[in-house]
Amino acid sequence: MVEWTDFERATIQDIFSKLEYEVVGPQALARCLVVYPWTQRYFGNFGNLYNAAAIMGNPMVAKHGTTILHGLDRAVKNMDDIKNTYAELSVLHSEKLHVDPDNFKLLADCLTIVVAAQMGKAFTGEMQAAFQKFLAVVVTSLGRQYH
Amino acid sequence: MTTLSVKDKDTVKAFWAKVSGNADEIGADAVARMLVVYPQTKTYFSHWKDQSPNSPAVRKHGVTVMLGIGEAVAKIDDLKAGLASLSELHAFTLRVDPANFKILSHCILVVMATMFPNEFTPEVHVSLDKFLASVALALSEKYR
Repeated sequence: MVEWTDFERATIQDIFSKLEYEVVGPQALARCLVVYPWTQRYFGNFGNLYNAAAIMGNPMVAKHGTTILHGLDRAVKNMDDIKNTYAELSVLHSEKLHVDPDNFKLLADCLTIVVAAQMGKAFTGEMQAAFQKFLAVVVTSLGRQYH
Repeated sequence: MTTLSVKDKDTVKAFWAKVSGNADEIGADAVARMLVVYPQTKTYFSHWKDQSPNSPAVRKHGVTVMLGIGEAVAKIDDLKAGLASLSELHAFTLRVDPANFKILSHCILVVMATMFPNEFTPEVHVSLDKFLASVALALSEKYR
């Protein structure tokens, strides 16, 4: 089981309580599609992803970005059992969506960068460490049911 | 994986022109973050008495790293040749595992996001990420 310090728990709750889901989610997914264009393979039916401007303005990307970020809420609320919390979502991503689990890390990195941009100097090294540890646990849990 | 397009190079040079005035601060923050977020990197600095984020050694090292980045921007058209001596330094003297280049690159990108949220657009991000990957590759040239 993952051990969380009081600081880490507080940091995760704090960051997510202040997050504008409809801003950060879309920005994180859009950034991922721009910075790592091969991730676009999973969004063939999202319409125009031809260039950065199109991606940033695409309403389907925005909607899905928000959905993904709300998906993280489950982990925020169940930090002591993220593994089981995501068992079902892991099966979904593996069996139905066929997403290469390496992509989870790419999205996690983009989310870190978007949160960093939102928080500025307030996003200290210690907060970054806690946030990245949290995302790493989520990423591992999402990859667990693959076979 | 990484050939820098004309657009990448122009984007990197333009962004660098905007941020290089803060190079010292960027470098200090990136190195400090690296030591906190990826504690295994501290193993390379066991000779520093003080490894805390605001220590003079950390700040000085941040300056050194960013001077290297600045040099890479200036030699962006031939990184392999331009960074040859830095590669020898990292390969034979410092012997830094090249996996750590990726770690420091990520920290540099996070610092850019915190300090320049409006300028560090996704387009700038992708070009800078490609550039830092190319720098890492050039630094790894002499390893084996």
